[in-house]
Amino acid sequence: MPKTFAEINEKIKKGEAVVVTAEEVIDLVRKKGEKRVAREVDVVTTATFGPMCSSGALLNFGHSDPPIKMQKVWLNDVPAYAGVAAVDAYIGATELSETRGMEYGGAHVIEDLISGKKVRLRATSYGTDCYPRKEFDSYITLDSINQAILFNPRNAYQNYAVATNSSDETIYTYMGVLLPNFGNANYCSSSQLSPLINDPLYRTIGIGTRIFLGGAQGYVAWEGTQHNPLQKRDEKTKIPLAPAGTLCLIGDLKQMSRDFLRAAIFYRYGVTLTVGVGIPIPILDEEMAHFVSVSDEDIYSTIVDYSVPRREKPNFGRVSYKELRSGEIEIKKKRVPTAPLSSLYKAREIAQILKEWIKKGKFLLQEPIQRLPMDEKFKPLDIKR
Amino acid sequence: MAKKRIVLTFPPELVDQPIIYRLVKDYDLVLNILRAQVTPKEEGKMVLELEGSREGINKGLKYLGDTKVDVQPLAKDIKLNEQECTSCGACMAVCSPRALAMNKKSWKLEFDRDRCLLCGLCVSACPLGVIQVEFD
Repeated sequence: MPKTFAEINEKIKKGEAVVVTAEEVIDLVRKKGEKRVAREVDVVTTATFGPMCSSGALLNFGHSDPPIKMQKVWLNDVPAYAGVAAVDAYIGATELSETRGMEYGGAHVIEDLISGKKVRLRATSYGTDCYPRKEFDSYITLDSINQAILFNPRNAYQNYAVATNSSDETIYTYMGVLLPNFGNANYCSSSQLSPLINDPLYRTIGIGTRIFLGGAQGYVAWEGTQHNPLQKRDEKTKIPLAPAGTLCLIGDLKQMSRDFLRAAIFYRYGVTLTVGVGIPIPILDEEMAHFVSVSDEDIYSTIVDYSVPRREKPNFGRVSYKELRSGEIEIKKKRVPTAPLSSLYKAREIAQILKEWIKKGKFLLQEPIQRLPMDEKFKPLDIKR
Repeated sequence: MAKKRIVLTFPPELVDQPIIYRLVKDYDLVLNILRAQVTPKEEGKMVLELEGSREGINKGLKYLGDTKVDVQPLAKDIKLNEQECTSCGACMAVCSPRALAMNKKSWKLEFDRDRCLLCGLCVSACPLGVIQVEFD
Protein backbone atom coordinates (compact mmCIF):
# COMPACT_ATOMS: atom_id res chain seq x y z
CA MET A 1 0.00 0.00 0.00
CA PRO A 2 1.55 3.29 -1.07
CA LYS A 3 1.63 6.07 1.56
CA THR A 4 0.83 9.74 1.00
CA PHE A 5 2.64 12.83 2.34
CA ALA A 6 -0.50 13.59 4.41
CA GLU A 7 -0.50 10.14 6.02
CA ILE A 8 3.19 10.42 6.89
CA ASN A 9 2.65 13.90 8.33
CA GLU A 10 -0.16 12.55 10.55
CA LYS A 11 2.29 10.01 11.97
CA ILE A 12 4.94 12.73 12.45
CA LYS A 13 2.45 14.88 14.38
CA LYS A 14 1.62 11.95 16.65
CA GLY A 15 5.31 11.26 17.18
CA GLU A 16 4.92 7.84 15.58
CA ALA A 17 6.88 8.28 12.36
CA VAL A 18 9.73 5.86 11.69
CA VAL A 19 12.68 7.90 10.52
CA VAL A 20 16.16 6.69 9.56
CA THR A 21 19.07 8.24 7.68
CA ALA A 22 19.96 7.32 4.11
CA GLU A 23 22.95 5.38 5.49
CA GLU A 24 20.97 3.53 8.16
CA VAL A 25 18.37 2.46 5.59
CA ILE A 26 20.98 0.60 3.53
CA ASP A 27 21.40 -2.11 6.16
CA LEU A 28 17.67 -2.19 6.87
CA VAL A 29 16.90 -2.97 3.23
CA ARG A 30 19.64 -5.62 3.15
CA LYS A 31 18.12 -7.30 6.20
CA LYS A 32 14.41 -6.82 5.64
CA GLY A 33 14.03 -6.20 1.92
CA GLU A 34 12.46 -3.30 0.07
CA LYS A 35 8.87 -4.42 0.63
CA ARG A 36 9.09 -4.42 4.41
CA VAL A 37 11.12 -1.22 4.55
CA ALA A 38 8.54 0.51 2.32
CA ARG A 39 5.88 -0.54 4.82
CA GLU A 40 7.79 0.13 8.04
CA VAL A 41 9.89 3.23 7.31
CA ASP A 42 8.18 6.58 6.75
CA VAL A 43 11.02 9.00 6.15
CA VAL A 44 14.68 8.75 5.17
CA THR A 45 16.87 11.77 5.85
CA THR A 46 19.62 12.78 3.42
CA ALA A 47 22.24 15.51 3.79
CA THR A 48 25.30 17.18 2.38
CA PHE A 49 27.84 19.73 3.66
CA GLY A 50 30.08 21.05 0.92
CA PRO A 51 31.34 24.14 -0.87
CA MET A 52 28.54 25.66 -2.95
CA CYS A 53 29.63 28.76 -4.84
CA SER A 54 26.21 29.66 -6.15
CA SER A 55 25.06 30.99 -2.79
CA GLY A 56 24.35 34.39 -1.33
CA ALA A 57 22.05 36.49 0.80
CA LEU A 58 19.38 39.07 0.00
CA LEU A 59 19.43 41.79 2.61
CA ASN A 60 17.17 44.73 3.38
CA PHE A 61 19.01 47.33 5.45
CA GLY A 62 16.10 49.63 6.40
CA HIS A 63 16.07 53.36 5.58
CA SER A 64 18.41 56.01 6.92
CA ASP A 65 17.31 59.59 7.58
CA PRO A 66 17.51 61.33 5.19
CA PRO A 67 17.13 58.23 3.03
CA ILE A 68 19.43 56.97 0.31
CA LYS A 69 18.73 55.01 -2.89
CA MET A 70 21.79 52.78 -2.58
CA GLN A 71 23.38 52.42 -5.97
CA LYS A 72 26.69 50.86 -4.99
CA VAL A 73 26.99 48.87 -1.77
CA TRP A 74 29.94 47.38 0.09
CA LEU A 75 29.81 45.12 3.15
CA ASN A 76 33.22 45.03 4.88
CA ASP A 77 34.61 46.27 1.53
CA VAL A 78 33.00 43.39 -0.39
CA PRO A 79 30.76 44.73 -3.17
CA ALA A 80 27.11 43.64 -3.00
CA TYR A 81 24.68 43.93 -5.90
CA ALA A 82 22.33 46.85 -5.25
CA GLY A 83 20.59 47.19 -8.60
CA VAL A 84 17.25 46.48 -6.99
CA ALA A 85 15.10 48.70 -4.72
CA ALA A 86 16.62 51.47 -2.58
CA VAL A 87 17.94 49.48 0.40
CA ASP A 88 17.94 45.91 -0.91
CA ALA A 89 21.18 44.20 -1.89
CA TYR A 90 22.43 40.72 -2.73
CA ILE A 91 25.77 39.69 -1.28
CA GLY A 92 27.17 36.84 -3.35
CA ALA A 93 29.34 34.23 -1.63
CA THR A 94 32.21 34.42 -4.13
CA GLU A 95 32.55 38.21 -4.36
CA LEU A 96 36.02 39.32 -3.20
CA SER A 97 36.96 42.16 -0.87
CA GLU A 98 38.27 45.24 -2.67
CA THR A 99 40.87 45.73 0.05
CA ARG A 100 41.79 42.19 1.13
CA GLY A 101 41.31 40.27 -2.11
CA MET A 102 41.02 36.54 -1.87
CA GLU A 103 41.41 36.33 1.89
CA TYR A 104 37.91 37.72 2.56
CA GLY A 105 34.75 37.59 0.50
CA GLY A 106 30.97 37.55 0.44
CA ALA A 107 30.85 34.18 2.21
CA HIS A 108 32.85 35.71 5.09
CA VAL A 109 30.36 38.59 5.30
CA ILE A 110 27.55 36.03 5.60
CA GLU A 111 29.47 34.07 8.24
CA ASP A 112 30.25 37.27 10.18
CA LEU A 113 26.58 38.28 10.09
CA ILE A 114 25.35 34.93 11.47
CA SER A 115 28.12 35.04 14.08
CA GLY A 116 26.54 38.27 15.38
CA LYS A 117 29.47 40.44 14.31
CA LYS A 118 29.18 44.07 13.26
CA VAL A 119 29.58 44.51 9.51
CA ARG A 120 30.52 47.83 7.92
CA LEU A 121 27.95 49.00 5.36
CA ARG A 122 29.05 51.60 2.85
CA ALA A 123 26.80 52.89 0.07
CA THR A 124 26.93 55.58 -2.57
CA SER A 125 24.22 57.07 -4.73
CA TYR A 126 23.53 59.86 -7.21
CA GLY A 127 20.75 61.29 -5.00
CA THR A 128 17.15 61.82 -6.03
CA ASP A 129 14.37 64.15 -4.92
CA CYS A 130 12.92 61.41 -2.74
CA TYR A 131 16.28 59.88 -1.70
CA PRO A 132 18.61 62.88 -1.29
CA ARG A 133 21.48 61.17 0.60
CA LYS A 134 24.52 60.41 -1.56
CA GLU A 135 26.73 58.57 0.88
CA PHE A 136 26.27 56.19 3.78
CA ASP A 137 28.92 54.68 6.04
CA SER A 138 28.02 52.86 9.24
CA TYR A 139 27.60 49.43 10.77
CA ILE A 140 24.87 46.80 10.66
CA THR A 141 24.29 43.49 12.41
CA LEU A 142 21.99 40.63 11.48
CA ASP A 143 19.54 41.87 14.14
CA SER A 144 19.62 45.49 13.03
CA ILE A 145 18.49 44.85 9.47
CA ASN A 146 15.08 43.76 8.16
CA GLN A 147 15.09 40.60 6.04
CA ALA A 148 18.17 38.47 5.53
CA ILE A 149 17.27 35.71 3.11
CA LEU A 150 19.77 33.06 2.14
CA PHE A 151 19.00 32.53 -1.52
CA ASN A 152 21.26 30.05 -3.26
CA PRO A 153 20.66 29.64 -7.01
CA ARG A 154 22.49 26.33 -7.26
CA ASN A 155 23.13 23.92 -4.38
CA ALA A 156 23.15 20.20 -3.65
CA TYR A 157 24.46 18.99 -6.99
CA GLN A 158 23.27 15.53 -7.91
CA ASN A 159 26.70 13.90 -8.09
CA TYR A 160 29.91 15.69 -9.07
CA ALA A 161 33.03 15.00 -11.13
CA VAL A 162 36.22 13.55 -9.68
CA ALA A 163 39.06 15.98 -10.40
CA THR A 164 42.61 15.01 -11.32
CA ASN A 165 45.58 16.62 -13.08
CA SER A 166 47.56 14.99 -15.91
CA SER A 167 49.91 17.96 -16.43
CA ASP A 168 53.34 18.34 -14.85
CA GLU A 169 52.39 21.37 -12.75
CA THR A 170 50.29 21.77 -9.63
CA ILE A 171 46.98 23.47 -10.39
CA TYR A 172 44.71 25.32 -7.99
CA THR A 173 41.03 24.80 -8.71
CA TYR A 174 37.58 24.96 -7.16
CA MET A 175 38.15 21.21 -6.67
CA GLY A 176 41.11 21.97 -4.43
CA VAL A 177 44.83 21.61 -5.04
CA LEU A 178 45.54 19.09 -7.82
CA LEU A 179 49.08 17.72 -7.80
CA PRO A 180 50.97 17.06 -11.06
CA ASN A 181 51.09 13.74 -12.92
CA PHE A 182 47.93 12.34 -11.34
CA GLY A 183 49.33 13.14 -7.90
CA ASN A 184 45.83 13.05 -6.41
CA ALA A 185 42.12 12.95 -7.20
CA ASN A 186 39.53 15.03 -5.35
CA TYR A 187 35.82 14.24 -5.13
CA CYS A 188 32.90 16.18 -3.73
CA SER A 189 29.66 14.41 -2.83
CA SER A 190 28.07 12.91 0.25
CA SER A 191 27.32 9.99 -2.13
CA GLN A 192 25.05 7.46 -0.40
CA LEU A 193 23.80 10.20 1.95
CA SER A 194 23.36 12.82 -0.79
CA PRO A 195 19.81 14.20 -1.33
CA LEU A 196 19.38 13.96 -5.10
CA ILE A 197 21.28 10.68 -5.33
CA ASN A 198 18.62 9.12 -3.09
CA ASP A 199 15.78 10.54 -5.19
CA PRO A 200 17.40 10.23 -8.60
CA LEU A 201 14.25 10.94 -10.64
CA TYR A 202 13.05 13.82 -8.39
CA ARG A 203 9.88 12.00 -7.33
CA THR A 204 9.66 13.61 -3.88
CA ILE A 205 12.11 16.53 -3.96
CA GLY A 206 10.59 19.40 -5.91
CA ILE A 207 9.54 23.03 -5.68
CA GLY A 208 8.24 23.71 -2.18
CA THR A 209 10.01 20.82 -0.43
CA ARG A 210 10.79 21.81 3.15
CA ILE A 211 14.44 21.21 4.01
CA PHE A 212 17.20 21.76 6.56
CA LEU A 213 19.26 24.71 5.36
CA GLY A 214 22.22 26.09 7.29
CA GLY A 215 20.77 24.93 10.62
CA ALA A 216 17.25 26.27 10.03
CA GLN A 217 14.19 25.21 8.05
CA GLY A 218 14.25 26.31 4.44
CA TYR A 219 12.71 25.39 1.14
CA VAL A 220 13.47 24.27 -2.38
CA ALA A 221 12.57 27.43 -4.31
CA TRP A 222 13.07 26.16 -7.83
CA GLU A 223 15.22 23.89 -9.91
CA GLY A 224 18.82 25.01 -9.49
CA THR A 225 20.70 26.84 -12.23
CA GLN A 226 22.43 24.47 -14.67
CA HIS A 227 19.90 21.78 -13.68
CA ASN A 228 20.84 18.98 -16.05
CA PRO A 229 18.44 16.05 -15.70
CA LEU A 230 19.44 14.68 -19.10
CA GLN A 231 22.94 13.79 -17.89
CA LYS A 232 23.92 10.19 -18.66
CA ARG A 233 22.56 7.87 -15.96
CA ASP A 234 23.33 4.39 -14.74
CA GLU A 235 20.68 2.16 -16.32
CA LYS A 236 20.08 0.17 -13.18
CA THR A 237 20.16 2.79 -10.44
CA LYS A 238 19.00 5.79 -12.55
CA ILE A 239 21.73 7.79 -10.77
CA PRO A 240 23.61 10.25 -13.02
CA LEU A 241 27.25 9.41 -13.71
CA ALA A 242 28.39 13.05 -13.60
CA PRO A 243 26.97 16.40 -12.34
CA ALA A 244 23.22 16.49 -13.09
CA GLY A 245 20.25 17.88 -11.18
CA THR A 246 20.59 20.93 -8.90
CA LEU A 247 18.40 22.81 -6.42
CA CYS A 248 17.74 26.49 -5.84
CA LEU A 249 17.35 26.90 -2.08
CA ILE A 250 15.91 29.60 0.14
CA GLY A 251 15.73 30.18 3.89
CA ASP A 252 15.88 32.69 6.72
CA LEU A 253 19.54 33.58 7.33
CA LYS A 254 18.60 35.04 10.74
CA GLN A 255 17.84 31.54 12.03
CA MET A 256 20.93 29.89 10.61
CA SER A 257 24.07 28.90 12.44
CA ARG A 258 27.77 29.02 11.74
CA ASP A 259 27.85 25.28 12.47
CA PHE A 260 26.23 24.69 9.09
CA LEU A 261 27.26 27.69 7.02
CA ARG A 262 30.97 28.44 6.71
CA ALA A 263 33.07 30.66 4.50
CA ALA A 264 35.79 28.80 2.64
CA ILE A 265 38.81 29.82 0.58
CA PHE A 266 40.05 27.61 -2.21
CA TYR A 267 43.68 28.61 -2.49
CA ARG A 268 44.40 30.63 -5.65
CA TYR A 269 40.83 30.04 -6.83
CA GLY A 270 38.59 32.12 -4.63
CA VAL A 271 36.03 32.34 -1.87
CA THR A 272 32.97 30.13 -1.52
CA LEU A 273 30.34 29.19 1.03
CA THR A 274 30.16 25.76 2.61
CA VAL A 275 26.46 25.00 2.97
CA GLY A 276 24.79 22.34 5.08
CA VAL A 277 21.64 20.94 3.48
CA GLY A 278 19.37 18.18 4.72
CA ILE A 279 16.38 16.84 2.79
CA PRO A 280 13.78 14.33 3.98
CA ILE A 281 12.59 11.70 1.54
CA PRO A 282 9.20 10.15 2.25
CA ILE A 283 9.09 6.41 1.59
CA LEU A 284 5.88 6.51 -0.38
CA ASP A 285 6.26 3.08 -1.92
CA GLU A 286 8.65 0.27 -2.80
CA GLU A 287 10.32 2.25 -5.54
CA MET A 288 11.36 4.95 -3.06
CA ALA A 289 12.60 2.27 -0.64
CA HIS A 290 14.64 0.92 -3.51
CA PHE A 291 16.10 4.33 -4.42
CA VAL A 292 17.16 5.25 -0.87
CA SER A 293 18.85 1.89 -0.33
CA VAL A 294 21.59 2.68 -2.84
CA SER A 295 25.11 2.45 -1.42
CA ASP A 296 28.52 3.80 -2.40
CA GLU A 297 29.51 0.70 -4.39
CA ASP A 298 26.64 1.38 -6.83
CA ILE A 299 27.18 5.13 -7.17
CA TYR A 300 29.64 6.12 -9.87
CA SER A 301 31.29 9.34 -10.95
CA THR A 302 33.54 10.33 -13.82
CA ILE A 303 37.25 11.13 -13.43
CA VAL A 304 37.94 14.42 -15.21
CA ASP A 305 41.26 16.01 -16.19
CA TYR A 306 41.15 19.55 -14.75
CA SER A 307 44.51 20.45 -16.32
CA VAL A 308 42.66 21.04 -19.59
CA PRO A 309 41.06 24.46 -19.11
CA ARG A 310 38.33 23.88 -21.67
CA ARG A 311 34.58 23.33 -21.54
CA GLU A 312 34.98 19.73 -22.64
CA LYS A 313 37.68 18.05 -20.59
CA PRO A 314 39.16 14.62 -21.21
CA ASN A 315 38.00 11.94 -18.81
CA PHE A 316 39.57 8.76 -17.52
CA GLY A 317 36.50 6.64 -17.05
CA ARG A 318 34.31 5.97 -14.04
CA VAL A 319 34.92 5.10 -10.44
CA SER A 320 32.57 4.16 -7.61
CA TYR A 321 32.33 6.13 -4.38
CA LYS A 322 33.29 2.97 -2.52
CA GLU A 323 36.64 3.08 -4.34
CA LEU A 324 36.96 6.85 -3.84
CA ARG A 325 36.33 6.50 -0.11
CA SER A 326 38.92 3.71 0.17
CA GLY A 327 41.55 6.47 -0.14
CA GLU A 328 43.08 5.33 -3.39
CA ILE A 329 41.90 4.77 -6.98
CA GLU A 330 43.60 3.72 -10.17
CA ILE A 331 44.03 6.11 -13.09
CA LYS A 332 45.94 4.93 -16.16
CA LYS A 333 47.50 2.07 -14.16
CA LYS A 334 48.74 4.49 -11.51
CA ARG A 335 47.63 4.37 -7.88
CA VAL A 336 46.27 7.79 -7.01
CA PRO A 337 45.38 8.97 -3.49
CA THR A 338 41.91 10.52 -3.12
CA ALA A 339 40.62 13.36 -0.95
CA PRO A 340 37.05 14.46 -0.33
CA LEU A 341 36.00 18.13 -0.37
CA SER A 342 32.56 17.69 1.12
CA SER A 343 32.34 16.64 4.76
CA LEU A 344 30.63 13.30 5.31
CA TYR A 345 31.12 13.87 9.04
CA LYS A 346 29.00 17.04 8.98
CA ALA A 347 26.49 15.56 6.51
CA ARG A 348 25.88 12.72 8.97
CA GLU A 349 25.38 15.25 11.76
CA ILE A 350 22.77 17.07 9.64
CA ALA A 351 20.96 13.83 8.68
CA GLN A 352 20.75 12.95 12.40
CA ILE A 353 19.45 16.40 13.38
CA LEU A 354 16.79 16.31 10.66
CA LYS A 355 15.83 12.80 11.80
CA GLU A 356 15.36 14.05 15.38
CA TRP A 357 13.33 17.07 14.23
CA ILE A 358 10.95 14.79 12.33
CA LYS A 359 10.73 12.17 15.08
CA LYS A 360 9.84 14.87 17.61
CA GLY A 361 7.19 16.35 15.32
CA LYS A 362 9.12 19.61 14.89
CA PHE A 363 9.47 19.24 11.12
CA LEU A 364 6.64 18.28 8.76
CA LEU A 365 7.09 17.16 5.19
CA GLN A 366 5.92 19.46 2.41
CA GLU A 367 4.74 17.79 -0.77
CA PRO A 368 6.24 19.51 -3.82
CA ILE A 369 3.96 22.07 -5.42
CA GLN A 370 5.59 21.26 -8.73
CA ARG A 371 8.07 18.61 -9.88
CA LEU A 372 11.56 19.51 -11.04
CA PRO A 373 11.96 19.36 -14.81
CA MET A 374 13.15 16.03 -16.21
CA ASP A 375 13.76 17.17 -19.78
CA GLU A 376 15.66 20.45 -19.50
CA LYS A 377 18.78 20.81 -21.62
CA PHE A 378 22.02 22.26 -20.19
CA LYS A 379 23.08 24.74 -22.85
CA PRO A 380 26.61 25.94 -23.63
CA LEU A 381 27.51 29.60 -24.20
CA ASP A 382 28.97 30.10 -27.65
CA ILE A 383 30.56 33.25 -29.01
CA LYS A 384 28.47 34.59 -31.87
CA ARG A 385 29.67 37.19 -34.34
CA MET B 1 79.62 27.62 10.47
CA ALA B 2 75.91 28.08 9.88
CA LYS B 3 72.87 25.80 10.16
CA LYS B 4 69.64 25.77 8.23
CA ARG B 5 66.60 23.49 8.25
CA ILE B 6 64.62 23.05 5.06
CA VAL B 7 61.91 20.90 3.48
CA LEU B 8 62.63 19.52 0.03
CA THR B 9 60.02 18.25 -2.39
CA PHE B 10 61.41 16.16 -5.22
CA PRO B 11 59.32 15.86 -8.39
CA PRO B 12 59.04 12.25 -9.66
CA GLU B 13 61.71 12.68 -12.35
CA LEU B 14 64.32 13.71 -9.77
CA VAL B 15 63.67 11.00 -7.20
CA ASP B 16 66.43 8.81 -8.61
CA GLN B 17 69.05 11.58 -8.84
CA PRO B 18 71.98 11.74 -6.36
CA ILE B 19 71.11 15.26 -5.27
CA ILE B 20 71.96 14.86 -1.60
CA TYR B 21 75.35 13.42 -2.55
CA ARG B 22 76.08 16.56 -4.63
CA LEU B 23 75.28 18.78 -1.64
CA VAL B 24 77.88 16.97 0.43
CA LYS B 25 80.50 16.61 -2.27
CA ASP B 26 80.29 19.94 -4.12
CA TYR B 27 79.32 22.33 -1.34
CA ASP B 28 81.04 20.69 1.62
CA LEU B 29 77.87 20.54 3.70
CA VAL B 30 77.18 18.36 6.69
CA LEU B 31 73.70 16.96 6.22
CA ASN B 32 71.33 15.55 8.75
CA ILE B 33 68.22 13.96 7.25
CA LEU B 34 65.52 14.49 9.85
CA ARG B 35 62.68 12.88 7.94
CA ALA B 36 62.32 11.43 4.47
CA GLN B 37 59.66 9.79 2.39
CA VAL B 38 60.22 8.64 -1.17
CA THR B 39 57.49 6.76 -2.97
CA PRO B 40 58.58 5.17 -6.27
CA LYS B 41 57.42 7.18 -9.30
CA GLU B 42 55.85 9.75 -7.01
CA GLU B 43 56.99 12.81 -5.12
CA GLY B 44 59.73 12.59 -2.57
CA LYS B 45 59.86 14.68 0.57
CA MET B 46 62.79 15.31 2.83
CA VAL B 47 63.32 17.39 5.94
CA LEU B 48 66.97 18.29 6.01
CA GLU B 49 69.39 20.12 8.25
CA LEU B 50 72.34 21.74 6.45
CA GLU B 51 75.52 22.68 8.25
CA GLY B 52 78.45 24.41 6.63
CA SER B 53 79.84 27.78 5.65
CA ARG B 54 77.26 30.47 4.88
CA GLU B 55 78.54 30.54 1.34
CA GLY B 56 78.32 26.78 1.01
CA ILE B 57 74.73 26.77 2.27
CA ASN B 58 73.71 29.57 -0.10
CA LYS B 59 75.36 27.87 -3.07
CA GLY B 60 73.81 24.54 -2.08
CA LEU B 61 70.36 26.12 -1.93
CA LYS B 62 70.92 27.70 -5.34
CA TYR B 63 71.95 24.32 -6.72
CA LEU B 64 68.76 22.76 -5.31
CA GLY B 65 66.68 25.53 -6.92
CA ASP B 66 68.34 24.90 -10.29
CA THR B 67 67.48 21.18 -10.11
CA LYS B 68 63.73 21.93 -9.83
CA VAL B 69 63.63 20.62 -6.27
CA ASP B 70 61.16 22.73 -4.29
CA VAL B 71 62.79 24.22 -1.20
CA GLN B 72 60.73 25.51 1.73
CA PRO B 73 61.78 26.68 5.17
CA LEU B 74 61.03 24.14 7.88
CA ALA B 75 57.97 24.65 9.98
CA LYS B 76 58.33 23.99 13.66
CA ASP B 77 54.86 22.69 14.18
CA ILE B 78 51.54 22.24 12.41
CA LYS B 79 48.44 22.98 14.45
CA LEU B 80 44.98 21.74 13.48
CA ASN B 81 42.17 23.55 15.26
CA GLU B 82 39.86 20.58 15.78
CA GLN B 83 37.07 22.75 17.18
CA GLU B 84 36.83 24.70 13.94
CA CYS B 85 37.62 21.87 11.50
CA THR B 86 34.60 20.50 9.60
CA SER B 87 36.44 17.36 8.42
CA CYS B 88 35.95 18.20 4.75
CA GLY B 89 39.23 16.57 3.74
CA ALA B 90 40.58 19.19 1.32
CA CYS B 91 43.91 19.22 3.20
CA MET B 92 44.40 15.52 2.50
CA ALA B 93 44.85 16.37 -1.19
CA VAL B 94 48.32 17.79 -0.52
CA CYS B 95 49.39 15.60 2.39
CA SER B 96 51.55 12.94 0.73
CA PRO B 97 52.74 11.30 3.98
CA ARG B 98 49.00 10.98 4.90
CA ALA B 99 49.46 12.58 8.29
CA LEU B 100 46.07 14.20 7.69
CA ALA B 101 43.61 11.39 7.09
CA MET B 102 40.03 10.40 7.68
CA ASN B 103 38.99 8.07 10.40
CA LYS B 104 37.24 5.57 8.12
CA LYS B 105 34.49 4.91 10.64
CA SER B 106 33.54 8.39 11.80
CA TRP B 107 34.88 10.31 8.78
CA LYS B 108 36.40 12.78 11.20
CA LEU B 109 39.71 14.23 10.09
CA GLU B 110 42.63 13.09 12.22
CA PHE B 111 46.13 14.49 12.37
CA ASP B 112 48.96 12.04 13.01
CA ARG B 113 51.88 14.22 14.08
CA ASP B 114 54.35 11.35 13.78
CA ARG B 115 53.75 11.04 10.04
CA CYS B 116 53.89 14.81 9.38
CA LEU B 117 56.91 15.99 7.38
CA LEU B 118 56.21 19.61 8.33
CA CYS B 119 56.01 20.73 4.70
CA GLY B 120 53.18 23.15 5.49
CA LEU B 121 51.25 22.60 2.25
CA CYS B 122 48.07 21.88 4.21
CA VAL B 123 47.96 25.43 5.56
CA SER B 124 46.86 27.02 2.29
CA ALA B 125 44.95 23.94 1.14
CA CYS B 126 42.59 24.17 4.12
CA PRO B 127 39.55 26.14 2.89
CA LEU B 128 38.56 27.16 6.41
CA GLY B 129 41.99 28.37 7.48
CA VAL B 130 42.02 26.17 10.56
CA ILE B 131 45.52 24.75 10.06
CA GLN B 132 48.29 26.97 11.34
CA VAL B 133 52.00 26.67 10.95
CA GLU B 134 54.66 27.80 13.38
CA PHE B 135 58.14 28.56 12.08
CA ASP B 136 61.39 28.55 14.00
